Amino acid sequence: MQTKLDQQLYKAYLEKLKREKRFVLIWQLILLISFFGIWEVASRFYWIDPLLFSSPSSITTLLISRFSEGTILTHMQATLLETILGFIIGTVLGIIFASVLWASTRFSKIMDPYIVILNAMPKVALGPILIVALGPGYISIIAMGAIISVIITTLVVYSAFKEVDPNYEKVLKSFGATRWQCFKEAIFPATMPVMISTLKVNVGLSWVGVIVGEFLVSQKGLGYLIVYGFQVFDFTLVMASLILIAIFAAIMYKVVEKLEGWLMKHTIDGQ
Amino acid sequence: MSFLTLSNVSHHYFTKTGFTKALSNISFSIAEGEFISILGPSGCGKSTILSIIAGIMKQTKGEVLLHNKPMDRSKTQIGYMLQQDYLFPWKTIIENVLIGPNIQATATKETKEKATSLLHEVGLSNIADAYPASLSGGMRQRVALVRTLITNPKILLLDEPFSALDYQTKLKLEDLVFQLLQTYHKTALLVTHDIGEAIAMSDRILVMDANPGVIAKVFDVPVELRNEMPFMVRRHPKYQLIFDKVWQELNKHEGAMSKS
Repeated sequence: MQTKLDQQLYKAYLEKLKREKRFVLIWQLILLISFFGIWEVASRFYWIDPLLFSSPSSITTLLISRFSEGTILTHMQATLLETILGFIIGTVLGIIFASVLWASTRFSKIMDPYIVILNAMPKVALGPILIVALGPGYISIIAMGAIISVIITTLVVYSAFKEVDPNYEKVLKSFGATRWQCFKEAIFPATMPVMISTLKVNVGLSWVGVIVGEFLVSQKGLGYLIVYGFQVFDFTLVMASLILIAIFAAIMYKVVEKLEGWLMKHTIDGQ
Repeated sequence: MSFLTLSNVSHHYFTKTGFTKALSNISFSIAEGEFISILGPSGCGKSTILSIIAGIMKQTKGEVLLHNKPMDRSKTQIGYMLQQDYLFPWKTIIENVLIGPNIQATATKETKEKATSLLHEVGLSNIADAYPASLSGGMRQRVALVRTLITNPKILLLDEPFSALDYQTKLKLEDLVFQLLQTYHKTALLVTHDIGEAIAMSDRILVMDANPGVIAKVFDVPVELRNEMPFMVRRHPKYQLIFDKVWQELNKHEGAMSKS
């Protein structure tokens, strides 16, 4: 009797959760459909200039034809590869720099003003210099993707290193641990959550770096397509590239989020 | 026969705006197997003494001698237990326990067996592969105790290891630690705020005064109490007598502090 009522209440609770979820999903779909619907209608009736703002139908036609020709695939490939590499290099280098700073307090004191300047400086402004130094190719673009996230990663991870509870080090030192052993056993693993959360930030930053890099120089990539479309006044191409970027950036973000969940689970509490 | 000796140890903390003398000419010695407690107002440098003996801090003056020789920091002779367990949450219990041997590169198969049997001894069987998060405070502090004992230290430094626990767990753990130290014939130095705990566990009590930290008075715990388990000491008729004496001594210093 009692249990039956409990079961009923539980079922009602689950039902409520499900309803809520459905409600949210429906509204998300309504927003999506009405956005593209209104865009399409506005374009057809010349409420907005179709030459400038294109329309979902012409973007779809363009994408279908480009995909079937296969021409857009190389562009997508280039951008994705550059972004992923920029992201990885930026994050890894940032963590390495942070470790070097931690290794020598004196070195970090010496470097302090330079890091402040590098951090405050808008990294994309370095674009032309990178291109001159590394050549007008994908290496410069990867460097742009990396440089935009490396300084902030260094700062965030370094300050996280310093915030690790000193008592962990005390425990290790009482066993006679060296500084390196303290780093390996306590400082680095204790900072894992911070490092993992920088991943999510960095993936977004790397997109910025790569797209700007492609704006400046390149014969390939989605950023290149945007600039090219702009120059030849083909805004359908610009919009199509934007949509692809949005989709890929979202996918990458989601993948990193999943990775973050996995890493958190397997490195932090280890459950 | 002195085992560990501190001779005229002083310590200063320096800041840009000045310095504080945390310890001033601290001298005392501990015999092997002896249990000493340090009581005193906060800020009297109790924990600093432990850090200096552990080699985590270097005293600004004076000497720390083991067997009349300066301590050899390369070998572990010290086990350090802190207020909280500071188990590494990303390591399993057995990995946590073996961290000392791993750091000293002395871990062998026997060490692991010893760890398992020590864990068993403190009443923690079958949790070797669990993570600290799934253990209660008392269990975690017992793991920390095993981690400290596994390297077979000559001296145990206990920095208020029971203060973060609830009263019942604390009493139980006091008995456990006392028993283990007796079985393995360890020398120990306990820093605490709890007069009862100091009397219950130790052979001798050093009462300290602050600003600068000095040893104000030394109490010998009556012989009848020394070998009793901590829980039983608290019920002994002589317990209250020494408690009152220590209480008065401590009050004197705290009174002096509030006047100044």
